[in-house]
Amino acid sequence: MYEQLSTLLIQILSRTVNIFANKLMPMVGVEGGAVADGSIPWDTVIMTLIVLAALGIVFGVALAIVAARFVVKADPKVEKVRDVLPGANCGACGFAGCMGYAEAVAGNPDVAVSLCAPGKAAVAEKIAEITGKKAEKMEPKIARVFCQGGTSLSQRKFIYTGVQDCTAAVLAAGGGKSCEYGCLGYGTCMRACPFDAITMSADDLPIINKEKCTACGKCVAACPKQVIELALMSKAVVISCHSRDKGLEVKKKCQVGCIACGICVRTCPVEAIKVDNNLARIDHSKCIVCGLCVKKCPTSAIHDFIPMRPRAQIDPAKCAGIDACSKVCPVNAISGDPKAVHLVDQSKCIGCGMCAARCPKQAIDMVSATPGVMKKSHVAKAAVSAGA
Amino acid sequence: MLQHVLTIFIASALINNFVFSRYLGLCIFFGVTKKMETSIGMSFTFTAVMLISAALNWVIYNYVMIPYHLGFLKIVIFIGTIAAFVQAADTIMKKVVPALYYKLGIYLALIVTNCVILAVPLLNAEENYSLFESMAMALGSGLGFSLALIIMASLREKLELADVPKSFQGLPISFVLTGLIALAFLGFSGMITL
Repeated sequence: MYEQLSTLLIQILSRTVNIFANKLMPMVGVEGGAVADGSIPWDTVIMTLIVLAALGIVFGVALAIVAARFVVKADPKVEKVRDVLPGANCGACGFAGCMGYAEAVAGNPDVAVSLCAPGKAAVAEKIAEITGKKAEKMEPKIARVFCQGGTSLSQRKFIYTGVQDCTAAVLAAGGGKSCEYGCLGYGTCMRACPFDAITMSADDLPIINKEKCTACGKCVAACPKQVIELALMSKAVVISCHSRDKGLEVKKKCQVGCIACGICVRTCPVEAIKVDNNLARIDHSKCIVCGLCVKKCPTSAIHDFIPMRPRAQIDPAKCAGIDACSKVCPVNAISGDPKAVHLVDQSKCIGCGMCAARCPKQAIDMVSATPGVMKKSHVAKAAVSAGA
Repeated sequence: MLQHVLTIFIASALINNFVFSRYLGLCIFFGVTKKMETSIGMSFTFTAVMLISAALNWVIYNYVMIPYHLGFLKIVIFIGTIAAFVQAADTIMKKVVPALYYKLGIYLALIVTNCVILAVPLLNAEENYSLFESMAMALGSGLGFSLALIIMASLREKLELADVPKSFQGLPISFVLTGLIALAFLGFSGMITL
């Protein structure tokens, strides 16, 4: 049994060697320049080995020298920072991906630790810890949609039936909406968002999820109409319109556009609103988010992203009857004789907070209102605030 | 002489375009043409690597392999040379121009095992081209490949917005498109007779 097997093995082996020596080597030898007479061209074989070994050594040594000469010292901080970063590679920091920012922030002392928008303050703190830099205060930002004119509230100039994408629709005479500044509603921003923070409402307007939005700016870049802007999250009163058409034109095209009437400019207690080129804009560095303009706007173009405003309540124990609050109240909700305890009319109070800021005795608290009090002023508004 | 070199250049760029008439390098061709940006980055890197590796391989072929009758080792040695060169370029670029490295470095790894890069030195060796002719061949092939990438990238960006039947979406329609462009490139074949 064993003998049979071993003879078989030897036979197979000798066959293979024979085939290799007689058939394959001469074939190689022809091109290699050796004579094809059935013998193994040993000088070619040896030359092959020598040349391949020499080339291998040359390449190996060259690569070793290059690797030693051009070594890039990896900073251990870079790896640590990269582990802390969210890894979305969104580019909101202005560098090429998370790795690019990690290298910049670890290597360059001038690069701030707070540039990662998705990571927010928590990541900034961790990066500051790793790099030994100071974490400055970072106000959270959010993407805001500057259009409320959904399909039900705005006019169309034609019916667009092409590819359902804003970048395609805008090529067809600027899209179907008669307002050339408005949202087209085909959801390009929704598809651009790496964090699934944008959904489209029934009225074809993007709704931005406050929790998920990281203010990376992808949607801002994706929108062909520049309808979306990044704004501070704390400045929750926004004139949600970009139309620079004249008031009459806006009225014809959209029910909720800014007609530049200037009522908000006169209403604003801190002069934060200016009308420029037929569009009112809020200077957010001045705005105190009182919400007065929201109530006064005749077309409801100004949107309040605070879903339920608190109401003012006067603590009778602290109130000294100075009367400063009733003078400052824009809606005359506070009444009371001087030097007597004042009262707030809860049905009138709009929760602007101006009296609380004014009271020298800190007698006024802003108390959250009951949900039933809030009135829904507009369909579109309710839709937007659902996402705010 | 100059006319001959020019002929080689045009022939390798258009008539024998590696993608559209030799059907080589299709993996990179379909891989990087989804975006214009990446295909332009790839084009630059590809042409540069093509030129340098063709020159290196020409030197090795003519001064090492021919004298020792080792022509049959072309494939092995050319692959080794290209791999070593690309690895060295990768390392040097990372140190000297990190900005360029992060832009183009990812393509280098793809290029190492690319068939077009290997095909050019092989064809040069087969035709016994001089160094000058080899360079013309390499430049022509590199630019021809870049042309193919850029044509395809611009078409595929348009394709994103087209209403393609579901079963054809993605790679299938790209192949159909490539076939159509190849058909158009067939028109170059009568331009120069080699």
